[in-house]
Amino acid sequence: MADPIIRFIGVQKAFGPKVIYEDCTLDVYPGETLTIIGGSGSGKSVLLKMLTGLLSTDAGSIQAFGQEVTKLDERGMGPIRRRFGFLFQSGALFDSLTVAQNIKYPLREHSWGTEKEMDDRVAEVLDMVGLPGTEALKPAALSGGMRKRVGLARAIAMKPEVILYDEPTTGLDPINVRRINGLILSLQKRLGVTSIVVTHDMDSCFTVTDRIAMLYNKRIAFTGTAEETEKSEIRYVREFIAGGRGTLDEDID
Amino acid sequence: MTARFTTFLQSFGAVARLSWSTLFAFWRLPIEVRPLIHQFDTAGLQSWSITVLTAAFTGMVLALQFSTGLEPYGASMYTGKLAALGIVRELGPMLTALLVGGRVGSGFAAELGSMVVTEQVDAIRALGADPIKKLVAPRVFACIVMLPLLTILADFVGITGAMIITVREVGITPSFFYAQILDTLWVSDLMHGLMKSVAFGYIIGIVGCFIGLNTTGGTEGVGHATTQAVVVGAICLLVSNFFLTKLFLALYG
Repeated sequence: MADPIIRFIGVQKAFGPKVIYEDCTLDVYPGETLTIIGGSGSGKSVLLKMLTGLLSTDAGSIQAFGQEVTKLDERGMGPIRRRFGFLFQSGALFDSLTVAQNIKYPLREHSWGTEKEMDDRVAEVLDMVGLPGTEALKPAALSGGMRKRVGLARAIAMKPEVILYDEPTTGLDPINVRRINGLILSLQKRLGVTSIVVTHDMDSCFTVTDRIAMLYNKRIAFTGTAEETEKSEIRYVREFIAGGRGTLDEDID
Repeated sequence: MTARFTTFLQSFGAVARLSWSTLFAFWRLPIEVRPLIHQFDTAGLQSWSITVLTAAFTGMVLALQFSTGLEPYGASMYTGKLAALGIVRELGPMLTALLVGGRVGSGFAAELGSMVVTEQVDAIRALGADPIKKLVAPRVFACIVMLPLLTILADFVGITGAMIITVREVGITPSFFYAQILDTLWVSDLMHGLMKSVAFGYIIGIVGCFIGLNTTGGTEGVGHATTQAVVVGAICLLVSNFFLTKLFLALYG
């Protein structure tokens, strides 16, 4: 296998007294779709936010594209963030801007090109997520599923090399879940990007993934292909897949 | 108790850092003209009505109190002098700041707070922009510019209110009142009030934004941040008013 494009090595993170990661180590290889599963509140999103420098780490190392992320300041992160597309859990669209302005936001920040070129790019990505012609709408006028798809359009507008999905299907109806899963798969095929999907939705996990990493007991406790995961004899992996509810007994206290 | 005191000192440091980065972010090109104009409008222009209302009734009640209070000493003809000094040096800047601060500071906290809990602030960073430049700088700068202007309006309206009541209650002519004020008020008095209002503008903006950006705990947290912005803002204004007055009196008498 090729060299990993992203590496977490011995990462530690705590919010006050609440320890999220004790020793988190994980490699992500170029071109693969890696799904990170784990109970609610186990800090799956935190992993993505540390990777993009939105949250700091307490100790350990995170490397992306061969650069040490944890040592970079806000300005140094700029060129790295540009290579990531981040789909936030709620879509995180800017309420005050229209769909087109939302998608143009990163384009403008990185001086993508002329107004015409940006308009073309907006139309192109909206087409990719199946929402052509919605440019003038405000986020408030969109359904939850549409908002996520616009969020995805915004995330891929800059042609990122790695797309990060934070709970892409949470809170959506079954049709939208399938639609989003289909999008993840087709983007993967069409753009050849590396994807990291954080989810506790087991169905979508097995639909889209090449490899699964399971977060358990403050570390990545298991990694394997979808097949290996299904056949795994490890108790907590079995429980998680069987339960599929996103909550382990240990989390209820 | 010590823990609370440490948190208190820590937030002081954090506000200082935020002010510092705001100062630099604002002047970094390109200057965000559109959000700035928007803030001039929402924070400044839309506050004119509460400013006028507060100032008019404060000026009137001041004249009422002074005219009856000075009557036993046969000095009620000096009502105008006292009322004008009180308005220009103290009540104009202070009451405007308190009222506008309550309105605008809570608005900032609510707006930025909901952007934080819906991950919009994270999205700004992930898309390669700086939330301090995009959100904080235009708001703080707009407050610093608009508050002195509103204070001038409040001074004018307050004195006019005082004049109407003095003329009615004491029976002097408007021209005598006018002459008295020209005789009493110096540019330094006006500047004294205006310099304070510049500082008040900064306090309103930075406190509202700081509390908004540090919102945690979802929608409930936004509500909490909004109330907190009003209370903390008012306390900061009242305390700083004393020290600023002391400072300016020591400097200019």
